[in-house]
Amino acid sequence: MNNKTRTPLFHVSKRGLLPWYKAWAIRAAALLLALVACGVITSLVTGQNPIQVYAAIINGSFGSPRKIWVLLQNIAMLLCVSLAVTPAFRMRCWNLGAEGQALIGGLAAAACMILLGKTLPNWAVIACMCVASLAAGALWAAIPAVFKARWNTNETLFTLMMNYVATQLVAYYCVVWESPKGSGTIGVINPSTEIGWFPQIGSYKYLLNILIVAIVCVAMYIYLNYSKHGYEIAVVGESERTARYVGIKVDRVIIRTMLLSGAVCGLAGLLLVGSTNHTLTTTIVDGRGFTAVMVSWLAKFNPIWMILTSFLIVFLGRGSGEIATKFGLNRSFGDILTGLILFFIIGSEFFINYQIHFRKSGGKEG
Amino acid sequence: MDNKTPAVKMRNITKTFGPVVANDKVWLDIYRGEILALLGENGSGKTTLMNMLSGIYFPDEGEISIDGKDVVIRSPKDAFDLGIGMIHQHFKLVDVLTAAENVVLGLPGKLDLKAAAKKIREICDAYGFEVDPEQKIYDMSVSQKQTVEIVKVLYRGADILILDEPTAVLTPQETDKLFAVLRNMRDDNKAIVIITHKMHEVEALSDRVAVLRHGQFIGDMPTKTTNAQEMTNMMVGHAVTLNIDRPEPVDPKPRIVVKGLTVRSIDGILKLDDVSFTANSGEILGIAGISGCGQKELLESIAGLQPVEKGSIEYIGDDGSAEQLIGKDPLAIQRMGVSLSFVPEDRLGMGLVANMDLGDNMMLRSFRSGRSVFTDRKTPRQLALDVVEELDVVTPGITTPVRRLSGGNVQKVLVGREIASAPTVLLTAYAVRGLDINSSYTIYDLINKQKKNGVAVIYVGEDLDVLLELADRILVLCGGKVSGIVPGRGAKKRDVGMMMTKLGGNAHE
Amino acid sequence: MFDFISFIPRAVVQGIPLLLGSTGETLTEKSGNLNLGIPGIMYVGAISGVIGSFFYEQSGNFRPLPGILIPLGCCLLGSLLMGLLYCFLTVTLRANQNVTGLALTTFGVGFGNFFGGSLIKLSGSSLPSIILSATSNAFRTSLPAAEKAGVFGRLVLSYGFLAYVAVIIALTVAWVLNRTRVGLHLRAVGENPNTADAAGINVSKYKYIATCTGSMIAGLGGLYYVMDYASGVWANDAFGDRGWLAIALVIFTVWRPNVGVLASFLFGGLYILHMYIPSGMNLAVKELYKMLPYVVTIIVLVLSSLRNKRENQPPASLGLAYFREER
Repeated sequence: MNNKTRTPLFHVSKRGLLPWYKAWAIRAAALLLALVACGVITSLVTGQNPIQVYAAIINGSFGSPRKIWVLLQNIAMLLCVSLAVTPAFRMRCWNLGAEGQALIGGLAAAACMILLGKTLPNWAVIACMCVASLAAGALWAAIPAVFKARWNTNETLFTLMMNYVATQLVAYYCVVWESPKGSGTIGVINPSTEIGWFPQIGSYKYLLNILIVAIVCVAMYIYLNYSKHGYEIAVVGESERTARYVGIKVDRVIIRTMLLSGAVCGLAGLLLVGSTNHTLTTTIVDGRGFTAVMVSWLAKFNPIWMILTSFLIVFLGRGSGEIATKFGLNRSFGDILTGLILFFIIGSEFFINYQIHFRKSGGKEG
Repeated sequence: MDNKTPAVKMRNITKTFGPVVANDKVWLDIYRGEILALLGENGSGKTTLMNMLSGIYFPDEGEISIDGKDVVIRSPKDAFDLGIGMIHQHFKLVDVLTAAENVVLGLPGKLDLKAAAKKIREICDAYGFEVDPEQKIYDMSVSQKQTVEIVKVLYRGADILILDEPTAVLTPQETDKLFAVLRNMRDDNKAIVIITHKMHEVEALSDRVAVLRHGQFIGDMPTKTTNAQEMTNMMVGHAVTLNIDRPEPVDPKPRIVVKGLTVRSIDGILKLDDVSFTANSGEILGIAGISGCGQKELLESIAGLQPVEKGSIEYIGDDGSAEQLIGKDPLAIQRMGVSLSFVPEDRLGMGLVANMDLGDNMMLRSFRSGRSVFTDRKTPRQLALDVVEELDVVTPGITTPVRRLSGGNVQKVLVGREIASAPTVLLTAYAVRGLDINSSYTIYDLINKQKKNGVAVIYVGEDLDVLLELADRILVLCGGKVSGIVPGRGAKKRDVGMMMTKLGGNAHE
Repeated sequence: MFDFISFIPRAVVQGIPLLLGSTGETLTEKSGNLNLGIPGIMYVGAISGVIGSFFYEQSGNFRPLPGILIPLGCCLLGSLLMGLLYCFLTVTLRANQNVTGLALTTFGVGFGNFFGGSLIKLSGSSLPSIILSATSNAFRTSLPAAEKAGVFGRLVLSYGFLAYVAVIIALTVAWVLNRTRVGLHLRAVGENPNTADAAGINVSKYKYIATCTGSMIAGLGGLYYVMDYASGVWANDAFGDRGWLAIALVIFTVWRPNVGVLASFLFGGLYILHMYIPSGMNLAVKELYKMLPYVVTIIVLVLSSLRNKRENQPPASLGLAYFREER
């Protein structure tokens, strides 16, 4: 104890504010390191040289016009869900229920297509779908929100559970509306009449989705940063006591924000069912509700940066999918790589927020 | 005394938090059989220095030795092993555990709560404390919690005790009891450090006093050889006149009339009991009382933040019309056209948003103005610039998050914003707590200016000297009841002190 | 008449993976770490065991004892590494726990399915699954007395050894948490790390140990699922959402592993109830029954927040990183 040589080798302290470009440089460095690590691992597994691996990753996203469109569509959908969770996150309300909220939105859309498709004209069905999906998503988010606002029920756990209730509800209707009978799946809805199918812009199947999400993205950025509601969300997120002190009705803001969050999730479900797939399955949201948490967090809850982070995630996913098929690996290899890259980026945040002092050398590192 | 080996020797201790230098090459000696008062204003680095001794922080530079041996204190556990025990200002207790569980927390060996309870009772009997070892902490009062803290340190057999502002939450009777215990421990040859900024405690209790200012060690001396004036000079750096300006009220008229106000906390504890008073325009009404006697509830009731059990709070307008404030939230009060400003005790947790910049904090009061769904950012930014300039706020700019400012500058930002809305009622809670002398006077001036403008000021303070010099009338609270209302001019400190501890004062006991 | 005699043992074997998962997660959460990576960790635990036993079975001469110990060791090692990764990111590097946990689940599920798929390829099987019958038989060996002891034997004695281990682990964890000094310290770390630190408790060490031990326990849940419940058959994604159900169980039991023993059987029962309810030919309703465990959990979560009893709340610092010099 009294031995001087036992002075700690290093100790950690909180950093002052790092200029944004330095912070992003650290993140970029982490990403680069992650890519190198992924390349090395893939090379080891496949025995290919790393250059080929990277070429395959890029090819997976940009190899053909179709691949680019799929890439953009996937970015748009992931971005949409990420935008949805962001207002809640800014309020420090951990909405992990985006998966379920989007699914319920999709269910509402499918219900309109199936139940109203024979009686109403196409435009009326689409209008009903829009209203129903947004409302359903909002409702699914409002349930935990009300309990959070009134009784401070833990929203992380509540929304998480709501996902599976939604999944089972969809599974139920998948059987109820199965087509053909006995398949247990819904199949393409209204395949001949195409009622409830969203219009295509020209020959671009995915363009409508991409445009809608782009508009939502800009709108969300403006809403969060320049509107009175956005300001209220920020105040509630930082300090509920301050919010009450200036007369902000915290419970109302929580419910309102979660309604918005759920409605945008519902929109994602609507686009997936009405525009992309024209069908409904329990896995139609494809884990985006969870990936969105990471996308939003990586972008520091900034909608514009989220375009970049969702691109990153989708690009990696599609790239590693390409590796998998090209080199005869299982598609899940992509998940491993995505996980690895996330670990690097998550770890890099430490070097943005903290610095390490080494005792002996007296030097600093960050 | 110089021949003795110090129990603790701290040399050249430096600690920084980001850009803030909390301790700058501090030297300090602590001896056994002695009570050392570590004196300094809030923010002078006393607590930080002692936290390094108790292993909470690790110094950036400097050496510590215990009984002449160099040591490295990396963790609180290291500190315990060296016999150092600290009682923190914010209690380090786990709410859902019992007193006994808290006391034995961190100790090695088999868990035997029965034996622990027995030993706790023995300690309690020896010093005259009362602790139920089975009671959960969340069921306890503040002073009970402090007792648990002290028992915890004694249980560990610490012989170097550090107490961080232990009297802040105690009644005078409890304080006397505590001091007696501390003296016993000193006679037991323990080394005791008490962190304080109250001069009379230094004089009443300590054998030696060490003074810190702005993170630097200024000097130490035996308490007997010094006096309050000298210590104050060392604390603040230059001689200060304690004269606070007190202009005569101009045309006072009733503005806030409180009748029979009764408030219960969520746990059902009576916080305010049948409180009645009137606050006049153009006058400062001081509120005195031991902390936790209902001051917070009183202000928050008027501000519309506290549910009220019964009673009435009326706002009297300039035209003599009366409006009931009870049952209205801050927004409703604002919409009624009542311009009410409130400087709460918890500046960064309630009055301001710590992570937002100055401009966005100015917006807290005004962001609703206008019909647009978008916020107006220009006006608050201009207000921020004005406040920075007029009140000499030291800040790199108005885009700096307020948590990066020092305590005094934070308070200037808060007060600056609150008076910017031209209030007719100004509520302030501990407006100068933790501020240096100069900042305090800036705040007194601002408050007096409001008074001259005809604002009804309600000033909750903890320093009786200030209350006696600043307030026109003083309302004394004792256990949630009005103990008395006395004119500020000519009031005796002793009388007010008695009223704080006993209903009605009852000076001739 | 509802057939309890056949229902209960099936509910129990359904419940055991959940019990192990939730015991592990409870231990983790008591240290203040909300590990949403548990589903991934259970996958990794399962696949690590599968890999170990696959190569052991391939090597020829199979003997039961190493046949159990090798997958067991691989499973513990795999889930320990996952726990260490989570701790390194959230405790040492103080990363956001939700994000780290979800990334860990992505990684873990991918890891499981990738190596599962690779092994299937290696085995050259025509089915999309690996069958480890020898290992499974070793894991499923129950007491010989079970056959003879009638109803009692079927209800209580008919399980593989891991089921009993699971119950013992749950009771031990409950005992450690409530009756020992280590448990007291751990609860303090999860409730108020500042205080625990000031009391001389090494917060990081406790978080590491609790989280890594919790991960290993949860990993065993994955192993039990493959080796015992699924009779040694690994198929990609077969484990399903049981990881999340384990997290639900933590809430349902209000952070009490001893309650978890019975509650996990209840959850297991709810999970398979749809097979026992005569719903005619309506397959759809069965999907609704699968919702029950989650709905019940939500109800418990809501009720415990309504009653607002301090002992039934999540650990106070759950989800928050601890940095001593925060100010």
